[in-house]
Amino acid sequence: MKTLYAILVLCGAVALLPAFVSSGVVLNLVIMTLYATLLGQAWNILAGFGGQYSFGHAAFFGTGAYASAALQVHFGVNAWLCLPAAMACGAAVGALVGALSFRYGLRGSYFALVTLAFAEVFRILANSVKFTGGGVGLLVPLKSSALDFQFQGKAGFLYVILALTLAGFLLSWWLKRSRYGAWLTAVRDNEDSAAALGVDVFRVKLQAIVISAGLMAAGGAFYVQYFHYIDPHIAYGPAVSVDALLGPIVGGLGTVFGPLLGAAALQLLGELTRNLMGDAPGVSLMIYGAVLIAMVTFLPRGIGGVFWRLAPKAP
Amino acid sequence: MSIQQRRRNFLRQSAGLSAAAAAGTFGFQSIAGAQAAPVKVGVLHPVTGFVAYSGQLCRFGAQLAIDEINAAGGIKSMGGAKLEAVLGDAQSKPEVGVSEVEKMNEAGVSAIVGSYASAICLATTQAAAKYNIPHLVDVGVADQIVERGLKNTFRFGPGYKVITEAAINDLHIMNTLARKPAKTVMVVHEESLFGTGTANLLASQLPGMGYQVLEVVKHANPTRDFNNIVLRMKALNPDIVIPANYYNEYVLLVRTMKQQNVRPMAIYSVLGGAASSFKFVKEFPDVANGVIDCNHWYNPKDKRAIALRRKVEKLKQFYTYEVYLNYQSVYLLADAIERAGSAKREAVIDALASSTWDKHFMPYGPTRFVNGQNQGAQALVLQVLKGDIRVVLPNTYAESELVFPWKA
Amino acid sequence: MLELSILFPSLLNGLTTGAVYALIALGLTLIYGVLHIINFAHGALLMIALYGVFFLNAKLGLDPYAALPIMVPAMFALGYALQRFVIGPASHGKDENILLATLGLTLILENFALYAWRSDTRAIETPYTFSTVAIAGAMISTPKVVAFFGALAATAILLAFITRSDLGRAIRAVARERQGAKLVGIDVEHVFAMSFGIGLACLGAAACFLLPAYYVNPQVGNGFVLIAFTIVVLGGMGSFAGALLSGFIIGVVESVGGLWLGESLGQIGIFVIFIAILLFRPQGIFGART
Repeated sequence: MKTLYAILVLCGAVALLPAFVSSGVVLNLVIMTLYATLLGQAWNILAGFGGQYSFGHAAFFGTGAYASAALQVHFGVNAWLCLPAAMACGAAVGALVGALSFRYGLRGSYFALVTLAFAEVFRILANSVKFTGGGVGLLVPLKSSALDFQFQGKAGFLYVILALTLAGFLLSWWLKRSRYGAWLTAVRDNEDSAAALGVDVFRVKLQAIVISAGLMAAGGAFYVQYFHYIDPHIAYGPAVSVDALLGPIVGGLGTVFGPLLGAAALQLLGELTRNLMGDAPGVSLMIYGAVLIAMVTFLPRGIGGVFWRLAPKAP
Repeated sequence: MSIQQRRRNFLRQSAGLSAAAAAGTFGFQSIAGAQAAPVKVGVLHPVTGFVAYSGQLCRFGAQLAIDEINAAGGIKSMGGAKLEAVLGDAQSKPEVGVSEVEKMNEAGVSAIVGSYASAICLATTQAAAKYNIPHLVDVGVADQIVERGLKNTFRFGPGYKVITEAAINDLHIMNTLARKPAKTVMVVHEESLFGTGTANLLASQLPGMGYQVLEVVKHANPTRDFNNIVLRMKALNPDIVIPANYYNEYVLLVRTMKQQNVRPMAIYSVLGGAASSFKFVKEFPDVANGVIDCNHWYNPKDKRAIALRRKVEKLKQFYTYEVYLNYQSVYLLADAIERAGSAKREAVIDALASSTWDKHFMPYGPTRFVNGQNQGAQALVLQVLKGDIRVVLPNTYAESELVFPWKA
Repeated sequence: MLELSILFPSLLNGLTTGAVYALIALGLTLIYGVLHIINFAHGALLMIALYGVFFLNAKLGLDPYAALPIMVPAMFALGYALQRFVIGPASHGKDENILLATLGLTLILENFALYAWRSDTRAIETPYTFSTVAIAGAMISTPKVVAFFGALAATAILLAFITRSDLGRAIRAVARERQGAKLVGIDVEHVFAMSFGIGLACLGAAACFLLPAYYVNPQVGNGFVLIAFTIVVLGGMGSFAGALLSGFIIGVVESVGGLWLGESLGQIGIFVIFIAILLFRPQGIFGART
């Protein structure tokens, strides 16, 4: 219950932010942090809780983004309706990838590599197909109405991304306490033992990837509304897959707050290095990489791991 | 202003965000008798990441102009106020470009110049529009940039539709002048926005002018090997090969063509990645000789262009369009601020919209913006001759005679 | 469209391109086979090696092939140091840590190159850059033919090494059964570092063969990473002969796929094969069924 209160208090605090802060820089920072958190939460469900490390989560992100953009550009569908549509498409792709991979028993690095390949296949297809605009990409027309899921100020976007991450938090919290979550972590800890105990391993993993993909696709749809432009490289390129996995790994795998901690830490680190070394190209990113390595070497459980050592194990 | 001072100022601005935002002011108050407050100009380019090379050249060009303007006395109508560059790095990603715009907004910039790549420009101009910051697009050639009805967006140079149409017309002129030896073409383009858009236009318009488009070949970024494409070229034997791609792929393509002994009547690129690049000509003189390109270029008959070229080359940089388009965009902006007599954003936007600035050295004529697009903007046709890049078309700007067909 | 006059040179091109891919993948297959590391930094390390070859040529006028005796040991030393002092300590034995560590390494290497050597593309010119070798009517670029034989030679050397030498045996032991190897007194850390070193030495050789036909800039490694992984999996993790053969296969698939589907869509052939192999025969061509 403590975790649930923490989630609600945190989200409540963020929701109140626009009333006190009008700085575009701060609000943008918060939005981007929550956006990164959402991507991390999606990845964390499959990897942190489920133990299946995906290197190609961009496949789901891009599908959600393109679904939303294409529906708006080609069919004029209202942007709000595109959000559930995008999530459904993402989930469908997740089901496809999961069904194939898990049916053939892919685990560990093999699974990671196959997801990477799927993302690349989608990227190449998106480059060649008219529906996605091919190499040209899709530009969602500018509208300034909340009815079209575009907002003049930042507050509207903040609330939307907050709602999505709240869903992510609640999902993660539910996974920690539900029977399904227990099955999932059992599969993560030892797949064969779980099977021996009667867990339907295939079904559990498939459900996890479907949920994970759906949430990731929501991130894609949000991206399109906030930045308006999508192309195969942005949608299915390795950058998004990497963004999704960095947060949870740094913040703590399989935890509720890990993705948030990781996203915030990385965002802060990025800002810091850029502000201090902004003028010399490349130096700030070098420091970013060095800190990543240092973090991995000395804080292997992620930032969340620091708290693990301090707090007693909660039930 | 030194790097340290600039950074300190920048940090100070970022730190005082809430107060500044609440106060709703930007820029400083003029203190009577003291030096006029500087006019802040955001200089936003992808100086790291995928397109870092071009981004750095862009920043260099913009910085050059700012330094010159300040050395010449700054903005006279504002009491000699100096331009202060607020540097931003888009890291070759639209999202980061947007974050930088947010910071520039809070730093109180009066305008933004950038962001080189079309995808980034689309994002940054939108972000700037939310705060009514005038945004000069330095290079980004996608036409969508100026087709969204954004009042704050201004592009000094041409978009790819204008460039491609001119390229097609000039190709026809070139062919006609030589008594029409060329009948077939083959297009080789890169897969993203610029290449695909250009290829589509070529494929739809060339047949109407009497040319048979044998094939349109799309390739990835990056492409590691062009042997297949050149094999196809050998088999199809087009009279003219039309590449539309970026530097690396262009170089690989023409090198492979030379290797395989494929010699069309002309290699005629549209916005060729390397074709009108002094770096390319310097490093691959044999391969570069004779290639034709329709691209951004300065007016070769204008002394100021030549003077700047000499200055840039003395600073050991290549004189590329990234440099002089940014250079002139800053001058255009300075002119607007000068006429507006103010650094307030709306005033600058109005001044830009009504600009008739003609003190540039591009072949554009006096500036005239319609929906943010400078109407006179055009590309020129260039050819590499005797180790130098010369303008060959249109005749008003030509410095040398076009050589077509090319005898290798 | 697929007449022999185009198909045949295309096949040969595919083989020679594939040879270069194989050279790059040889190092990766050793690293993966022994350390089970998904070395994401492989592309960035190739880039560093390419810069090495470039500067040896630009500053000392050294021909890239003559640079082999310098590049190979230099990259070996780099690899040994990286594994011993950076990746090894960071890994704590967990897969995801190594992932992050190699990712961080990629960031550092790419941006160091950007900072130190700027972002413009560099290429070298050699007397044989434009020369071709005529093979039954097809004109194949000379550097690529040399690369082909280089790949064969490298594979042969590695095979001989891994089967005949003591270190080779130790490497195979550690790859098979880490704990067991430790128990019989093999210094596992040392073996790891040696393996990584040899893996990077292969990259050094690959760079010498690749640069004459290509170019270098800070981002150049990105284009090779996925292909290298595909080849490693296709050939069977840890199998040199497998990597060589798969390199050829992938090179030919890319080439013919490009002819058939167009250069952009043709790339899809590689990844479809990748997925198919992972699903239906994950041990690859030469791997043993685990």
